[in-house]
Amino acid sequence: MVTEPALAISGLCKHFGGLVVTDSVTMTIEPGELHAVIGPNGAGKTTLINQISGLLTPDSGSIVLAGRDVTELPAHARAKLGLARSFQITSVLTGFSVLENVALAAQARAGSSFRFFGNAATEPALNAAALAALDEVGLADRAKTAAGHLAHGEKRALELAMAIVSKPRLMLLDEPMAGTGHDETERLIAVLDRLKGRFAILLVEHDMNAVFALADRISVLIYGRVLASGPPDAVRADPQVVAAYLGDEME
Amino acid sequence: MSLTFLIVQTLNGLQLGVLLFLIAAGLTLVFGVMDFINLAHGVQYMLGAYFAVTFYSLTGNFLLALLLALAATLVFGTVLEFLIFRHLYGRDHLDHVIATFGIILFLNSAVKIVWGAAPLSLPIPEVLSGSVLLMDGLLYPVWRLVIIGSGLAVAVLLYVFVNHTRIGMLVRAGSTHAPMVAALGVNIGRLFTLVFGFGAMLAGFAGVMIAPILSVEPGMGDTILILAFVVIVIGGVGSIRGAFIAALLIGLVDTLGRSFAVDILRLVMAPSPARTVGPALASMLIYLLMAVVLYLRPTGLFPARGR
Amino acid sequence: MTPATAAVAAPGTQSFRLGIIIPALIFALLAVLPAAALATAHDYLLDLFTRVMIFSVAACALDLLLGYAALVTFGQAAFVGLGAYAVGILASHGIGDALIALPAALAVAGLFAFVTGIVCLRTKGVYFIMITLAFGQMTFFTASALAPYGGDDGLTIASRSTIAGLRLLDSPLSFYYVALACLLVTFLFCRMLVVSRFGRVLRGAKENPVRMTTLGYAVYRFQLAAYVVAGMISGLAGFLLANATEFVSPAYMSWQRSGELIIMVLLGGMGTLYGAIVGTAAYLLTEEWLSGVTEHWKVIFGPALVLIVVFARGGLIGAVGAVAESARRWRGD
Repeated sequence: MVTEPALAISGLCKHFGGLVVTDSVTMTIEPGELHAVIGPNGAGKTTLINQISGLLTPDSGSIVLAGRDVTELPAHARAKLGLARSFQITSVLTGFSVLENVALAAQARAGSSFRFFGNAATEPALNAAALAALDEVGLADRAKTAAGHLAHGEKRALELAMAIVSKPRLMLLDEPMAGTGHDETERLIAVLDRLKGRFAILLVEHDMNAVFALADRISVLIYGRVLASGPPDAVRADPQVVAAYLGDEME
Repeated sequence: MSLTFLIVQTLNGLQLGVLLFLIAAGLTLVFGVMDFINLAHGVQYMLGAYFAVTFYSLTGNFLLALLLALAATLVFGTVLEFLIFRHLYGRDHLDHVIATFGIILFLNSAVKIVWGAAPLSLPIPEVLSGSVLLMDGLLYPVWRLVIIGSGLAVAVLLYVFVNHTRIGMLVRAGSTHAPMVAALGVNIGRLFTLVFGFGAMLAGFAGVMIAPILSVEPGMGDTILILAFVVIVIGGVGSIRGAFIAALLIGLVDTLGRSFAVDILRLVMAPSPARTVGPALASMLIYLLMAVVLYLRPTGLFPARGR
Repeated sequence: MTPATAAVAAPGTQSFRLGIIIPALIFALLAVLPAAALATAHDYLLDLFTRVMIFSVAACALDLLLGYAALVTFGQAAFVGLGAYAVGILASHGIGDALIALPAALAVAGLFAFVTGIVCLRTKGVYFIMITLAFGQMTFFTASALAPYGGDDGLTIASRSTIAGLRLLDSPLSFYYVALACLLVTFLFCRMLVVSRFGRVLRGAKENPVRMTTLGYAVYRFQLAAYVVAGMISGLAGFLLANATEFVSPAYMSWQRSGELIIMVLLGGMGTLYGAIVGTAAYLLTEEWLSGVTEHWKVIFGPALVLIVVFARGGLIGAVGAVAESARRWRGD
C-alpha cells in the first residue's frame, strides 16, 4: 500500500499585476519528512505558504493535502483537515495566557466550538493536550503567563506549540527562528529534531545551520521558481544554487 | 403615469443625486485620506443652510449670502478639524463614531439656541425663481436645474482638481498611503486640514442650494447623512468617481422608486395593499440595493484602496 | 490585566474580584431599590430604573458585539424596535399574551439579525459600521411607512402583555422585578457565553482573526451567531420597552438610538458586561437630571461625550479599576 504524500503541489502559479511571485511550483512532501524551502528575500516563500494555507488564492495549479484536493477550500477548512502553520511575524494571541493560546489551537480540532455553556478555560482534556505541547517546546513553566509578556524567542516557541497540539498532517513553519538569539535557535532546532518523523514539515528558514541540520530534502526558491530540489548534500553542491543563493549565504 | 411625470421625476432624481454627491464627496475624501469617520458631516450641511439664512438677512443678496456661507463653513470645518478631529486620527473607528456623534448632539442643540427651533426659509433669487418650459407640457423649476447644473460643475471641477493639480495628486497619494506622503516631506497635517475644510465647504454648499426648497431646521442633516453613507459605501470609500456614480444611482433609484412603487405594485396586486406596501418598499429600496452591492463587492464598486 | 478583560480574568486577580463584587453590588442595589423608593415616596424612581434595566439588557447585548467580538454595529436599536413592534402589532390584532408576544419578538429580531448579518459580516471596518447603520435606518423607514400600525406617529398598546393570561406586568412594582429578572438572566447568560468555547473563539477572533482562521475556525460563522444572539437579546429589551411605555414608535429604531446605546456601553466600559449596566444607568440618570435643568441639555452632553472619548477610554469601570489599582499600590500590596 502506497501512502499518499502529506502535501503535493502541482504547477502553482500566482502573480500580482505584472509581477510573477509563484512560477509553476511543483513539490511533494512525504509523511514525516522535513522539507526546507530556502531562497533569498522576495523569492516568494511566504506567498507560497499563504497559498498552501489558504490565505491567498493561486491563479492556477493544485494543492493536495494527504490525498485530498484542497485548492478550492477556505483556510479554516484546510486547518481542520490537518494543516497547521506558524507565521513569520509573530501571531500569538497576546491577551490570552500561553496555555489558552495552545488550548484554543487544540479546541479547533476537538469537537464543536458552538458550545455556549461551560468554562472553556477549565476543560481538562484541552488543557492537558496544551500542556503536553508546551512541554515539547519547553514552555510548560510559562503556561500561566500572558502571551504578550513572553520574550521574542518564547513567542516563536509558542507558535510552534500551537502548531503541534493539533497533531497536524502537515506543518507550515514560516521562519520560526527569525530574530531569535543563539540559545533560542539551538533550542528550537532540538525541538524540531524531535518532531521530525512524526509530522510532515515544510520549513521556510534563512538560518542555514538549522536548515542543513534538520532537512530531509531542500527546495530552493528563486523569483518564485523552484531552482533545485533534493537531499541537502545535492542541493549544497548544485552549482546553480551556489551561484544564485548559497554562495552568499554561506559566507 | 405620463412621460411628463417620468421626466420630472428623473430630473428630481438627478437633483437629489447631485446633492448627495456634494455631501458624499467630502465624506469619502475624509475617509479615504484620513481614515476618519465623520458623522458630523451632516451638520456641516445644516450649518451651510443656517449661515446662508443669516447672511441673507444681513445682506439681502443671495449670491453674497452663498459666498459668505461657504467661507463660514470652510472656517468652521477647519476649526473643528484643528481643535478636535485631528486628535482622533489613527484611533479606533469607534472613537470617531462617538466623538462625531457628540458633535451632532451639541450642534443640533446649539443651532436651536442660536436660531431657535422653528423652521427657517431662504428665498430663491428672483431671476431664478420661475419655471422653464422644457418641452410641451413640461414645466420644471429653474432652481432645481440650477442645483443640477452647479452640482455637475462641481463634479467636473473636482475631477480636474484631483487628477490634474499638484494638490490633487497629494490628496490621491495621501488617500493611498498617507505615511509615505508624509515621509516625502509633505506637511501631511496641513493637507488633512485642507481636505477636511474643503469637504465641509462642499457639504455647506449643498445645504445652501437646497435651503430654498426645503425648510431649514435643526436635525435636517441627519437623514441626508445616512443617504450619503449609503452612497460612499456603494461607491467605495475614498473614491470620488464612485461617489459620483453611486450618488446619481441612489438619487434616481430613490426618487423613481418612491414615485412609481405603488404603480408598479398595482400590476401585481390590488390597489389597497399596493398603497400600503408601496411606500414601505420604496423606503427600503436603496438599502436593498446597498445590501446587494456589498454582498457582491464588500468594498463597494470602485474602492480607492485595496482594503 | 485591565478591567476590560475582567469577565474572563484569572481567579485571584484584582480584575476577577472586581468582576464579582461590582455586579453583585449592582444587582443587590437594584433589588432593594423599590423598597427605598416607595418608603421615601419617590415612586418615579421605579419607572426610571425600570427603563435603566430595559436599556441595560440591550446594552449587554451590544457589549457582546462591541467588547467581545469587536463588531462595531451602529444599528443595534433596530432589534430593540423590532421586538417592540412585534408586541405592538400583535396587540393591535388582539394578541396580548407574553407567551406569544415574547417568542415572536425574539424570532423577528433574530431573523432580521440573521438575514442582515449574512450581508453585513462580509464587510469589515468602516463598511461594517455603515451597513449596520443603513439597515437600522431601513427598519426605521419601514416602520414609519406602516400606516396601519401608526406610521410616523407610532402605535399605542391598549395594555401590557399578560403572562399566561395573568396580569403580572400591570403594576409598576411587579414589572420592575420582571425587568430585573430579565436583566439578571441576560447578564448571567452573556457571562457564561463569554467564557464558553464559543466566547473564547469570539475573543480570539477579536484579537487576531487571521490567526483564528488558520487554527481552523470559520470566524464568519461565529460572528454571525453572536450577531443573532445579540439581536435576540435586544428583541427581549424591545418586548420590555413596548410594555413599559405601552407605545411603540419608529424612533425606537433610529440611528440616534443606536448611537445612544453605543455610548451607554462605552460610558461604563466596554468588554465587562456589568460596565454596560453602569454606563446605561449613568447615561439615563444624567439625561433625566440634565433635562430637568435645561431643555438644551444636549449642548452639555455632546461635548462631554467627546471629552470622554478623547480622554477616558476605559469608561467608568476603567476609572474604578484605576482607582482600585492606585489604592492597592498605596496600601503596598
